[in-house]
Amino acid sequence: MFGMDWIDLGILLTKVMLVIAVNFLILMIMELAERRVSAFMQDRVGPNRVGPFGLLQPVADGIKFLFKEEITPSQVERTLYWLAPALVLVPALLTFSVIPFGMSFSAFGREITLQIADLQVGLLFIFALVSLAVYGTVLGGWAANSKYPLLGGLRASSQMISYELSIGMSIIGVLMLVGSLRLSEVVAYQTGSLFTILPRWNIFTQPLGFLIFLIASFAETNRLPFDLPETEPELVGGYHTEYSSMKFAMFFMGEYIALITTSALLTTLFLGGWDVPWVDEAALGSWGVLLSLAAFAVKTGFFLFLFLWVRWTLPRFRFDQLMHLGWKVLLPLAIVNILATGLFLYLAP
Amino acid sequence: MPAFEGINMSWFFFILFAALAVGSAIAMISQKNPVYSAVFLIITFFAVAGCYYLLQAPFLSIVQIIVYAGAIMVLFLFVIMLLNLRKEIRLPLHGPWQVAFAALFAAILLLQLVMFILAAVPTFHSAPGHGALSGGGEPLGLLLFTKYIYPFEIASLVLLVAIIGAVVLGRKKLPKEF
Repeated sequence: MFGMDWIDLGILLTKVMLVIAVNFLILMIMELAERRVSAFMQDRVGPNRVGPFGLLQPVADGIKFLFKEEITPSQVERTLYWLAPALVLVPALLTFSVIPFGMSFSAFGREITLQIADLQVGLLFIFALVSLAVYGTVLGGWAANSKYPLLGGLRASSQMISYELSIGMSIIGVLMLVGSLRLSEVVAYQTGSLFTILPRWNIFTQPLGFLIFLIASFAETNRLPFDLPETEPELVGGYHTEYSSMKFAMFFMGEYIALITTSALLTTLFLGGWDVPWVDEAALGSWGVLLSLAAFAVKTGFFLFLFLWVRWTLPRFRFDQLMHLGWKVLLPLAIVNILATGLFLYLAP
Repeated sequence: MPAFEGINMSWFFFILFAALAVGSAIAMISQKNPVYSAVFLIITFFAVAGCYYLLQAPFLSIVQIIVYAGAIMVLFLFVIMLLNLRKEIRLPLHGPWQVAFAALFAAILLLQLVMFILAAVPTFHSAPGHGALSGGGEPLGLLLFTKYIYPFEIASLVLLVAIIGAVVLGRKKLPKEF
């Protein structure tokens, strides 16, 4: 922020706008993809009437949400009831501000990094946002002042606190290898190759950490098989039962944006970020930049599809099974992973 | 090309964060509803984290958010919600002497605080960004594992004992067959 001129400011604002716009575009695609993929997996057709192949279905849904009646039930705590949907959406979008999504290039006589802010403590910044994501759900559930949302909010807080620990512990292995909290350096570390054939991605050097992070991120984003805060059969939608119209849509959007940022994060931490294996992007000039953007998009897209795939394949866990998995399986495994990584670093120079 | 004046910007943000911290701290104690108090306390933690960041201690700032705003306050909210506390009940005062004592002790505390701050002013550093808390985690980590290794280990042992104590106290009584 200090020592910055108008061109820098313009570039920064363009990046911010671009990231938000692309996030919302992918959100619309995901909304359609969720329904089409689920239909495919259940041998149905799915929504295909609005526009070619149903491509305009998200627009139709958006218009429907806008014109639905806005209801504020009489028993709610007004301030927090109105604030909660925003508290879900904002931390989810903020996570993207530290994720590098492409190779840096030079233009306007300066180096342009395809990352909004390369924080010194980038990895911890993400950890902080993960821990804040719970507030929208919890406060929304409380402010609705009715029994099912309250139960949903309670479930959300205990579930997210439990899995946050596993997420934090699983990142430490990556941190030990890279030796820096900067996400640009996490990506830079993963370029090059391992045993000459494999790309040096953290998924190969930290397979256990990757698995723990992946499982815990299903719990953090409230996705099936861990969507206990909003189980429709038992809690009638959980924390968002009392929400309607655009406020409900904001919870919905927040959940999908969280899904997108989690996928981007998995890509950055474990799949080499924008790195294309066996290719030296820097030697390709502007094609290298486009290639790096495409690689990032493909990897993130893979994780987005994985989230859909799992949701429509696995049944929901019981709450005690969820807690058992988080505290007695994932957390000890994450600690073992840290010890193993430390031992490896000590023995191998 | 106009460059943004560094010092003015950081003053602006310092005033913003400081006012936010003090304002929401006052709002926290004057709220009747415990959930709103908790929310204002979270805002206070954020404002303090902002102040740390302005002092060029990003590590401390982010740890403040992770530990206080992200973990401790979620537990607070969990307990408040679990007990389903709503409005605070105000107890009646026992007479004018109670108010007088309260005012007297508050004045003494305030005086002490002002005296301590005034005594400490000459030792304040005007230039930010030095010492173990500046920058990323490296200098702090280095100190914790070299100079302060024993206090650090003892503190972790105390925490471990406290956790075991909490588990033992909170455990349900098992039937005799077990």
